[in-house]
Formats: sequence, structure tokens, C-alpha cells
Amino acid sequence: MMSHYEAPIREPLIIGNKSYHDITVDVAAPVEGKANKKWWIAFTIALVAFLYGIGAILYTIGTGIGVWGLNNRINWAWDITNFVWWVGIGHAGTLISAVLLLFRQKWRMGINRSAEAMTIFAVFQAGLFPIIHMGRVWNAFYVLPIPNALGSLWVNFNSPLLWDVFAISTYLSVSLVFWYTGLLPDFAMLRDRAVRPFQKKIYSLLSFGWSGRLKDWQRFEEVSLVLAGLATPLVLSVHTIVSMDFATSVIPGWHSTIFPPYFVAGAIFSGFAMVQTLLLIMRKVSNLEAYITKVHIENMNKVILLTGGIVSVAYITEFFIGWYSGSSYEDYTYLSVGAATGPYWWAFWALITCNFIFPQTLWFKKLRTNFVWSFFISIVINIGMWFERFDIIVIDLSRGHLPSSWTMFSPTFVDVAIFIGTIGFFFVLFLLYARTFPVIAQAELKSILKSSGENYKKLRGDNHE
Amino acid sequence: MSSTTIQAIFDDDDVLLSAVKDLKAADYHIEEIFTPFPVHGLDKAAGLKNTRIAITSFIYGLIGLAFATWMMNFMMVADWPQNIGGKPSFSFAENMPAFVPIMFELTVFFAAHLMVITFYMRSKLWPFKKAENPDVRTTDDHFLLEVSTINDVKTLENLLKDMGAKEIKTKA
Repeated sequence: MMSHYEAPIREPLIIGNKSYHDITVDVAAPVEGKANKKWWIAFTIALVAFLYGIGAILYTIGTGIGVWGLNNRINWAWDITNFVWWVGIGHAGTLISAVLLLFRQKWRMGINRSAEAMTIFAVFQAGLFPIIHMGRVWNAFYVLPIPNALGSLWVNFNSPLLWDVFAISTYLSVSLVFWYTGLLPDFAMLRDRAVRPFQKKIYSLLSFGWSGRLKDWQRFEEVSLVLAGLATPLVLSVHTIVSMDFATSVIPGWHSTIFPPYFVAGAIFSGFAMVQTLLLIMRKVSNLEAYITKVHIENMNKVILLTGGIVSVAYITEFFIGWYSGSSYEDYTYLSVGAATGPYWWAFWALITCNFIFPQTLWFKKLRTNFVWSFFISIVINIGMWFERFDIIVIDLSRGHLPSSWTMFSPTFVDVAIFIGTIGFFFVLFLLYARTFPVIAQAELKSILKSSGENYKKLRGDNHE
Repeated sequence: MSSTTIQAIFDDDDVLLSAVKDLKAADYHIEEIFTPFPVHGLDKAAGLKNTRIAITSFIYGLIGLAFATWMMNFMMVADWPQNIGGKPSFSFAENMPAFVPIMFELTVFFAAHLMVITFYMRSKLWPFKKAENPDVRTTDDHFLLEVSTINDVKTLENLLKDMGAKEIKTKA
């Protein structure tokens, strides 16, 4: 027991009198049980939204990009807004599983699996937009530097849009193997518990024959650690590269050196908000309240508060530098007096309200430990972070260098339908995941049971008094 | 004289850890240990050498970096030294900053994926691989220790029982 010593000041991360076997049973329960009516209703809604989105995508490809609300001046709007929004959401998953692993944060274990799943599913959605916003989707493979019959015509490595291709595909594939490798022991647990032959077959296939040998565990932990070490700079670089789509341009409001860290902070901010939204529901419907506790929710709120603070400082900096630069063009950027009072004033103030003002309520312990308030704030932040990207893209494009090309943007139903479709697709994947995958990394959780389980902590407390 | 392998099942990781330490001290040969989760310190106690998988990752990363550098130098400077937006394409160094993002990404890509593939190959894990844990409970809450002896089997069995083993089987 002494090897499991933990400072008594730390609150338990596993509530109740749980044993190793209880963890197994609780994690396996949603997979082994049957979906209830509510799940089917949610799944149907998500599926309908997804199909609606597919229809809108096919309509766009068949008819042309002109069915969107884009115009000659504002040639990026909902497409890239949604792209950056989804990529941003995807960042929390890797942050939770990689950065918190490097910092040896035990509370990550209850939430990392779902956060990583969310990453993967969000990056899927993000990955759609760079493809479907192309005028000629069928030529998309030209972005890859493949030797070809055009004298070997290569790509131009100076473009951040090409960097995006490398960044997003690396991010998705590395996150995927990181997640999957972590799943092996949990699939093995499901395989060994399976009673139905079909289920046994499926989980045998998925678990890659994991047997839990000592040497396997040693390598497994080293691989996890190295992948965490690689995923951490990857997370920072991916959203940095996404931010360079704007930062390396010459457009007032876009050309800004603060974008790389500021976008990353915003990504973590919105990503944690999405994790919060999903986990607050999941802990209830999957009966995981013993593992996703108030401590987890509060810790995530603290990260949201921190990154929200960083984002707010960035807003002030942008606003200040816009004025300080003395450049008259900076008067109409997305964070300027011009934006606050111009035709997009509502988008400007939506950003300030949702990202700057509301998250500050999390300074109060009463509010950040309140599940209903946490849920509300997490939704507000996701709306706010959508507006942040919308403001950066659309407001800056609407008031450029030349007043004769000042214009406004309004989305068509196709823009909206595709966005709804990606939300539907996301939830289709997440709902399927929640019923078939072990949603908590039970093998990892078992390794902290003796140090952070409520019963064990109580036992130690009794012994010392 | 052939050796006999005995399987002992434990239901607590701390008991297992001290049993492994004691067995090592008594010079028994531990064949294999199956655990449901990583037990910290068990690899040291069982006398396992450190894994070198992180070193392979470093080498793979260097390969990725070299590949990215070579690829972009070839395509942008050697093969088609074009003027794209006034960027200097006369030498690699002049346009290097624009190549950094992809040099970085490919380093990570190679380091991560090749290491994971190495892990799967070294640990013999693949989709149709059959699981080899002798008892299904070892992925839930039991710990299985395989020890071999050429001497008195009974002594070892009693020793394991004293150490806290819940079940003892002789491997067929």
C-alpha cells in the first residue's frame, strides 16, 4: 500500500467502494447491454442530419460552389470557419491524452478515451471541408507530391494550404494510432468477457491478440509516453499551421504574429468545452458517475478558464496592436472599433460575450463545480469560438484595402446544411462509439485505483489517524 | 531433466510484486507474467531489460526529417526552381522558413508511425492474432505468473501458496 501513497489533500478520482472487477463491469456494461430508446432517438436525429449534409455536399459538387453564399471578395466563410472550428475541437482530445500524460495528471484517465474519440471524429469533420470547398474536388489528389506524367509536376511547398494537408493528415493518423494502441488492452478485456460468439470474434479481431504480457506492457507504456511526447508538439503545430492560413496572408486583421499561439489556446478552449458537453451527458447515460467525477469536471473548467484567459488576452492584444500600429486598415479588422460598431457588430459582440465574459464566471468554485452551469458554459463557448473564426474570416474579408470591394456575406441554406451535416456525422460516430467501445481506459484506471480510489484513500486515512 | 512450468494466479498487484521479488531472490526463473494493467515496478522486479523502442523512434524521426529536406529541396530548388510569389528558390537555405512546417510534420509522422509499427511487430500484435493469455481473468482483475523449475515442484508450489497465490496449476 505504501507504494500507492498519495497526498491526503488530493480528492479521490474514483468514487465508491470499487474493485478492479467493478471497473471492468462498469466499463463493459454499455457495450454488453442493449441500446435504449433514447439512444435510438438521438442516433436517428444525428443520422438524418448527416444524410441532409451529404445531400448538401453532393448538391454543391454537382452544381458548383456558387450554391454557397460566397462572393468575389468573401471567398472563404462558413467552409473554413467550420473547418477551423472542428480542428480546434479536435485539439482537446490530444491535449488530454498527451499533455496531461506528460504532466502525470491522473485525472486524465477517466476522460482520455472519450476525448481522443472526440478528436478523431472532429478531425473527420474538419477534413471534409478542405476537400468540399474546392471548386474541382475530383482534382484534389493534385495536392499530393506524387510523381506523374506531367513531366513530374510538383506542388508548391510555400503554401500554408499545403502545410495543412500534411498537418491534418499527420494529426489524424497519429491520433488514430495513439488512440487505437491505447484501446488494445480494453478490447482484450471485452474479448475475454464476451459470451456471444460474434462479439467474441469482433473483439478478438480488434484487440490484435493482446495478452497483457509484462514485456508488452513495458513497451506499451514506453510507446504511449513517446507518442505523447510527439503528439504534444504535433497539437501545437497543427493549429499553428491552420492559423498560418491567415497569419501569412497580407489581409489586414489576418496578418498577425499572435495567431499561432492564440489559435492553439482557442483550440484547447473550444475543445475542452466540447469534451465537457459530451462527458456531462455521457457520465449520466452510461452510468459512469463514479469515474467522471466532480473533480474531473472542475479540472476541465479550470483549463477552460486558463485558456479562455489566454484567448481574452489575445483579443486585447489584437485590439491594442490594431490601434498602436497606426495603420488605418487595422481600423476595420475583426477586433477593432470598426468591427464593434460596423455591420457585423452582432458577430463581434457575440465573440466578446461568449468567450470573454461568460467563461469568467468559472472563477467561482460554486459555478465551476455546478454541472448545469458547466454544461451551459461549454455550449456558450462552442458558439463563441465558432464566432471567433467567423469574425476573423468574414469581417476581415468584408472590409479590405479597397473600399470598392467592400461587401457583405450571407450564407445560403447549403452552407448551413453542410455544417448541420457535419454535426450530425460527428454525433453518429460518437453515439456508435459510445455503444461499442470501452469509453474509459479501464486498464489505465485500474493502475490508479489504489492511489486515487475513494475506498483506498479512506483506508489510508484511517491508518494514519 | 526437463523443467516444469507452474502457473500461479494472484488477485492483487502488490502481492504479485512482492512474490516476484521473492522468487527472483530465491533464483527461480520467471517465464512470463500476465496482468490486466501495467503494474509499476514489475518489469524492474522481474529483471526485464529496458525497452529500446524510444531509440527507434528517434532514428525514425531523423529519417523523416531527412526525407522532408530531400523532397522539398528536389522539388522546389533542383527540379523546378520557379518564382512563386517572389520567394527565392535559388537555394534551400533562402526559402527554408517555408519548408519548416512540413519538415516538422514529416519528422513526427515518421517517428510516430514507424515506432508504432515496430511495437506491433516486436510484440507480435496484428488483427488476426490469437490471444495467448492462459486465463481470461488476466484481462479483468487477476494476475498470472509462470515460473519454471527443474527441482522439486512441490516446494515451489508451497512457496507460491505462501506468497499469496490463489490458484496453482501445472502447465500442461
